[in-house]
Amino acid sequence: MPDAQRRVRPTRRGEFEIRLPREELEVLRSLPAQLREILPTEDPAVGRLFPPGYADDPEASAEYRRLVRDDLLESHLEALRVMESTLDARRLTEDQLVSWLGAVNDLRLVLGTKLDVSEETYERQMAEDDPNGPGLALYFYLGWLEEQIVEALAGGLDPAGTQPGGGSDQAPTG
Amino acid sequence: MGASAAPVQTDRPSGQDVVTPDRPWLVICWNDPINLMSYVTYVFQKLFGYSFEKATKLMLDVHHRGKAVVSSGAKEKAEFDTYRLHAHGLWATMEHPS
Repeated sequence: MPDAQRRVRPTRRGEFEIRLPREELEVLRSLPAQLREILPTEDPAVGRLFPPGYADDPEASAEYRRLVRDDLLESHLEALRVMESTLDARRLTEDQLVSWLGAVNDLRLVLGTKLDVSEETYERQMAEDDPNGPGLALYFYLGWLEEQIVEALAGGLDPAGTQPGGGSDQAPTG
Repeated sequence: MGASAAPVQTDRPSGQDVVTPDRPWLVICWNDPINLMSYVTYVFQKLFGYSFEKATKLMLDVHHRGKAVVSSGAKEKAEFDTYRLHAHGLWATMEHPS
């Protein structure tokens, strides 16, 4: 990607430089409040952010939900708060950019669920008169921005990992 | 430790000094059409400390097969990992194979 297009760039000091054109900033500014408003509601699309803990045990899932619901809600809200309060910053710390990533991902998840996004959505040509056109355009923009955030953050991860043997084949600890 | 999943032939008398570990709980990540492949890989690396290679393989398993076991262990660990995946927007469930 040409540098002029790049919105997120790691600096040599371990921070991240953000370059968002004004019109994109204004779009991003409007979104966190919209999500925060529906987060505590029973909006079906918001359910995407609170998955069941068990695939086929509604009772255990209800118990899991009772245990984690407040913490999960707070973690989603915190990401939105950080993104809102640092939206005009030119530089972000890694923690702040991680919050941006969480907020942008949550926004995509809820928007994509509302738009009923499926694998085919990515292959289909958008029809001119598609009533979801603006929503899909926003959805794809958020994905494009998120790719850049992930790329910037992933560069700081140890490529070899901290568990070379992998966790899934290790003995249970308990 | 003798904690491998496969049964191992030993000449130790059974019932002495041998603790059979509980079968581990599994944390399963399910495919969804919204999360970016790069994001899912990043989350596996970040949460579980997996190498880029291992995280990518798991992400592709999720993508192509619909799901993959991404972590395992005692119930508390499975709950914690499931919660962390949910906090990152991934669709994960836990189960205890019987």
